[in-house]
Amino acid sequence: MGEPSTSTKSSVSRRRFLANVARAAGGVGALSLVVGLFARQAQSLPAQALRPPGAGTEGEFLAACIRCGLCVRDCPYPTLGLADVGEDVPVGTPYFVARRAPCEMCDDIPCVKACPTGALDPNLTSIDDADMGLAVLVDEETCLNFQGLRCDVCQRVCPLINEAITLELHHNLRTGKHAVFIPTVHSDKCTGCGKCERSCVLETAAIRVFPRHLAKGRIGEHYRLGWVEKENKGESLIQGIVDLPDRMPDNLGGGLK
Amino acid sequence: MSAKTHPGTDAVISKGWLAAHKWLLIRRAVQLSILGLFLAGPLLDVWIIKGNLTSSLTLGVLPLSDPFILVQSLLAGHVAAASALIGAAIVLTVYALVGGRSYCSFVCPMNVVTDASRWLAKRLDLPKGWQPARETRLWILASVLVTALITGVMAWEMLNPVTILHRGLVYASSYVWTVALAIFLFDLVVSRRGWCGRLCPMGAFYGLIGSVSLTRVSAQNRVACNDCMDCYAVCPEPHVITPALRGADTGQGGGVGPVILSGDCTNCGRCIDVCAKDVFKFDLRFHNDPPSNEQEGEGQGESKTISTDRHAA
Repeated sequence: MGEPSTSTKSSVSRRRFLANVARAAGGVGALSLVVGLFARQAQSLPAQALRPPGAGTEGEFLAACIRCGLCVRDCPYPTLGLADVGEDVPVGTPYFVARRAPCEMCDDIPCVKACPTGALDPNLTSIDDADMGLAVLVDEETCLNFQGLRCDVCQRVCPLINEAITLELHHNLRTGKHAVFIPTVHSDKCTGCGKCERSCVLETAAIRVFPRHLAKGRIGEHYRLGWVEKENKGESLIQGIVDLPDRMPDNLGGGLK
Repeated sequence: MSAKTHPGTDAVISKGWLAAHKWLLIRRAVQLSILGLFLAGPLLDVWIIKGNLTSSLTLGVLPLSDPFILVQSLLAGHVAAASALIGAAIVLTVYALVGGRSYCSFVCPMNVVTDASRWLAKRLDLPKGWQPARETRLWILASVLVTALITGVMAWEMLNPVTILHRGLVYASSYVWTVALAIFLFDLVVSRRGWCGRLCPMGAFYGLIGSVSLTRVSAQNRVACNDCMDCYAVCPEPHVITPALRGADTGQGGGVGPVILSGDCTNCGRCIDVCAKDVFKFDLRFHNDPPSNEQEGEGQGESKTISTDRHAA
């Protein structure tokens, strides 16, 4: 008498167990989708938010940074802060805005040393190798140097002066007889510290730092620049070409001769 | 105050107010001290602890990291540096000794919020509301880990109200109160003890540690129980009490030992406080000899049946 009742009981409980497992798995799937989609959307970082030195790509950083804020505590300047609730930077992650407070490029990189997880790469030992972003002179129409004035502030404050930002001499086409000194960023040297953006004397900065993937172009792999190839080879790639004299535009070459 | 007898009234009469609130007071003191230590740096420039509960550095030498966060990080594809791993190992060891969900009752800042919500709900005599199964938190924990694995980022940490709250307090966030208020209201009107008791995946994680941890509450003097039910009234996870308290006279199997083995128990010690008969005390999980030591394994199974019966009551 006891036998059949137990087996019915166990099949009922097995059915219930399977139903519960199915429900739970469905719940886990649904919740994971919601959280995952939210996380995907919340990952987008505004262009002016820069990560501390040693942070990898944004994806790598959000897998590694546990948002403890120890980098913020050991930053000797008011540069680093943690994203607040409701900001458009993933909550609790460290960042800085160059125009508010740039990275001062400490030699001992205390923020990287403070990081317990390695989200800020401990192999970054020289701050000059940091890659927080890349400065871009975004607005030639307002940059004072482009107008022929000698502002030069972005170049002057650059911690890698004459390496990351140089002043390139060009003719002043407006006056026809003066020079303009164009602040020119060199991406192989620029660390993205943001001191140039911070110091730009305009109401709104004409030079700004963006995460490198937003700031840097990339030439097609198949491109070959003749003059580079020539320099690499040490001589012209094609021999026996007669080099004719170049004609300069009238308002440049003519004026100088 | 209210005409209804407040749980613990008997204990106050028999032991005195202080003894009947001992663990509650200790718990609040510990919660406040921990928060105070974190706040002493930014507020008073006394840097004993730097960081927050996800990872901190004490006196410049002792790293502590939250293993729950590091598991997410690992699944997201990052192997943390030594400092964080050592910190997590220390934290795991500590909770394996003092009880997993001691984190919830003695450390977590959200506990104060949800306890306040519970207090107000009782005052206003609000209904229990939505009561999802207690296992829900385990499934949410599973979701959290699955999401980290699939998205490759710590997705839950974009939402986790516990870490957001503590970080917000320590780093003077302007909007941190929104998170506390959300959980407070959720517990108050949507689901009584819903956050800590049913949903929080962090509590579920520490509960898993608790299911093997050393220090446990034991109904060691359960023969003295006079069925006043005060312990059930104050316990945030009342289902954990039954097997230990009622296990002695369980059916044919010979009964279960007096130690509360469920990882859900937060080791808050309120049952110890409110019991006028001194039934409960903190003990080690090994001091759990059932009254007759035969058929221990079956005793465990039976305790579950009773637990559900009691829960309905």
